[in-house]
Amino acid sequence: MRAVDSQLFFLTIALPFIAAIVAPTVTRFMKGYAGYVLALFPIAAFASIFAVSEQIQGREILLFGFDWIPSFGVRFSFRLDGLSYGFALLILGIGALVILYAGGYLAKSVRQGRFFAFILIFMGAMLGLVLSDDLITLFVFWELTSIASFLLIGFEHEREAARRGAIQALVITGGGGLAMLAGFILIREATGLSSMSELIDEPGAIAAAGVYAPVLLLVLLGAFTKSAQMPFHVWLPNAMEAPTPASAYLHSATMVKAGVYLLLRLFPVLGGTAMWSTILPVMGGITLVVGAILALRQADLKLMLAYTTIASLGLLVMLIGIGSEIAIEAAILYFIAHALAKAGLFMVAGSIDHGAGTRDVRALGGLARTMPITFAAALLGAAAMGGLPPLFGFLAKEEVYAATVEAGGWVPSTILTIVAVTGNALMFAAALVVALKPFLGQLPSGLRRAHETTFLVWIGPLTLGLVGLVAALFSDVTHRIVSNPMAPPSLTDTAAITIGLGLHLGPALYLSLVTVALGFGLYWYSVPLRSRIAKALTAIGWGPDRGFDQGMRGLIKASAYVTNLLQPGRLDYYMRMTFIVVISVLWISMIYAGALPQVPSFPRLFFYEWIVLAILVLGLLAVANATTRLAAVVSLGIQGLATALLFLLLGAPDLSFTQFMVEILSVAILALVMTRLRLMPADQRPWREVVPEMAIAILGGLGFALFLITVSQTEFDSSVSDFFIRYSYVIAHGRNIVNVILVDFRAVDTLGEIAVVLTTGAAVLALVRIRVSKKDRHAGKKRKPRTAGGAS
Amino acid sequence: MRTVIFRVVAPFLTSLMFLFSLFVLLRGHNEPGGGFIGGLIAASAIAVYGMAVGVEAVRRALFFHPIVYAAFGLVMSALAGIVSIFAGFQFMTGLWAFPEALGGEVPISTTLFFDVGVYLVVVGAIVAIALSLEERYSN
Repeated sequence: MRAVDSQLFFLTIALPFIAAIVAPTVTRFMKGYAGYVLALFPIAAFASIFAVSEQIQGREILLFGFDWIPSFGVRFSFRLDGLSYGFALLILGIGALVILYAGGYLAKSVRQGRFFAFILIFMGAMLGLVLSDDLITLFVFWELTSIASFLLIGFEHEREAARRGAIQALVITGGGGLAMLAGFILIREATGLSSMSELIDEPGAIAAAGVYAPVLLLVLLGAFTKSAQMPFHVWLPNAMEAPTPASAYLHSATMVKAGVYLLLRLFPVLGGTAMWSTILPVMGGITLVVGAILALRQADLKLMLAYTTIASLGLLVMLIGIGSEIAIEAAILYFIAHALAKAGLFMVAGSIDHGAGTRDVRALGGLARTMPITFAAALLGAAAMGGLPPLFGFLAKEEVYAATVEAGGWVPSTILTIVAVTGNALMFAAALVVALKPFLGQLPSGLRRAHETTFLVWIGPLTLGLVGLVAALFSDVTHRIVSNPMAPPSLTDTAAITIGLGLHLGPALYLSLVTVALGFGLYWYSVPLRSRIAKALTAIGWGPDRGFDQGMRGLIKASAYVTNLLQPGRLDYYMRMTFIVVISVLWISMIYAGALPQVPSFPRLFFYEWIVLAILVLGLLAVANATTRLAAVVSLGIQGLATALLFLLLGAPDLSFTQFMVEILSVAILALVMTRLRLMPADQRPWREVVPEMAIAILGGLGFALFLITVSQTEFDSSVSDFFIRYSYVIAHGRNIVNVILVDFRAVDTLGEIAVVLTTGAAVLALVRIRVSKKDRHAGKKRKPRTAGGAS
Repeated sequence: MRTVIFRVVAPFLTSLMFLFSLFVLLRGHNEPGGGFIGGLIAASAIAVYGMAVGVEAVRRALFFHPIVYAAFGLVMSALAGIVSIFAGFQFMTGLWAFPEALGGEVPISTTLFFDVGVYLVVVGAIVAIALSLEERYSN
């Protein structure tokens, strides 16, 4: 392990993001050539990572990064080792081809530039994800992939299905990401370790801290949602609303493989326990078989591929769960094979859509002659999916069967083998449907105008198919530069991946033959099978997709309920609640703190002070006895002015002055407001409604009075007022201490207060205007029927 | 409200109240008064005028929308504080000058401008509210 000259690697990670920024401009000026230009960015990043291939093969680990939030020990740090290296190469390599493909596929779209930007952001996020070392850095990139995929899935946002798919993917994968974050925080809190490197160096730390089970479950939740394991798989088929280049990218080597990456990355840390090797194979196995069956039910090429992707992810999770040396090797080989084959097949599906105008297998046929290059790419992809020699998929499949056959006791190994064979056969059948049905047989009359696609569109799938072929033919080279570095060091110290195309008789080969035979059989019966499965699904009726909708609807209902509870839109309710809370705070705090005041000795008053007090009480009685609301408001002014007089008599002229003005203005404004509220002139509510409010008023008034008496009875610390008195004139050249405090000593407070006054004024203006326009609209609505009535 | 007496008296009353508000504003540093109270008095003056001659006439007389005065006042108060930074003091430090004029010492300070800003904010905001409510009342 060593720190490296990090500048170059930061640039590598930044390259896709830079490309995303320039993409719209480049697309505007380069038009049809934008794809070529933008593909250079991932190619450059690919080259810079491939440049350290020798070091990676030598098991070197390159670490780089810097402190991000030092106070929390969060770093922006990266780890380039065998695993991240392999993932990065596939992400960038396939990414470059997808960019080229999109350059041709979306050539006629006015929003091509935006698409490039989104998919490049996604590429950068994915690259950052697999390179992250710090857990929080990983999480940030993890969620960035969710957000970028949201933008890509909802790219054609005019369609409701696209918007729903985008939201669904974001909710499910983003929610899983939050669970993963919780797991990461738990790891950091419990063990003090904050990066993948530290965790890998101390694999026992999590178990030693006693948090293994919750950490595992939370992390698995993140991985399973991202990698579309049942029952979280629903977002993946719905994500097919994305433009095909995005599907080809997200659902082959990237987005959905993020969960697989996380499992492989954490396998040395969390793997090998009973929990791990129970949950993963069971979930993975179910996902494999159910996903593959659902794939055969589909008629849309992209949807078939989406479900086979789910199945493949299930197989990968199952293999990682088995956790034996050979199973991990199989998972790595299968990951590579699947990324190449599935990306190619998705592109083929897009090409067919582009060339023939439909993706429905029932309407397709006989395109072999018109679209020969696409056909060749399709055959290569399907053969790789089915594990036919001499393709890389064959090597992967052999290794998979070798892994399942040797998985523990005979009961689990038999079950796992049967599951793997069934799933693979079903997937092979689905791949055959995608690769053969559209091309063989009679050309339907509707497809006479079908045509081969442009160079940019067919170069991607064909390259991927050929890479799958070459990688298998020169398997020793492939294993040396990609497969072996990706395997965890603990495994490859003892054994390296060696499997090649040479004949090796054994159970794995026989199982392969069974798979191929079964696959062809299922393909033969694919049409009746489709209707059978469809019937069965209709009989079941409910699925997690509908469950998602029900969940979302429930969420909206619950939030509407809570909102209505808190904000019913009734002013009297708000006022009542505000007063009740204030009163509770006053009374509860005074009673609990034992701060109720002692009965004060009654002050000796002059006769004119008695008169003012009498006016004050009379004013209150007038308010209580007022027959109309307007009289009540004005009477309230009597009490306020009497208070102002009291202030004056007690030696607070400033306060008194302000109180006068505030009282006059508030009575005037209150009266103006009252006239606009269209209230009854008098309050004619029954007693049972008035009494509670009377109680609130009395409790509030009494509470404030007691509170103020308490305050005046507590010991007074005069140091602050002494300061003001002493320095008011000396420093601030003013004898009116109140004013000096306002404009000098505490001027910043005043500045804040006048900002509030201004904001309030502006807000009231806005409110008044809203009400006016609402009234106008109301009047307009009312007027129409009236004129109609007048005419009749 | 629009009795003849009131309409005749209102302009004089308003002028007097305005003068008084300025007086209160300026003397505020040493005697009871200041920007806030001055602003309240001026706002009442304008409200009285509005009751007598109608909102439209007041709006014409003010020329700018009242909220503009308030915004100007806020900016003025903030600037009065910021000036101190350029003079090498902390934000909001009061700066004083005592030039000789009109046969006596006339103290001028940033706090004075600050207080005038407060005055304008209070006038502007309250008049804006009062006028918009009166407008609806008279419609």
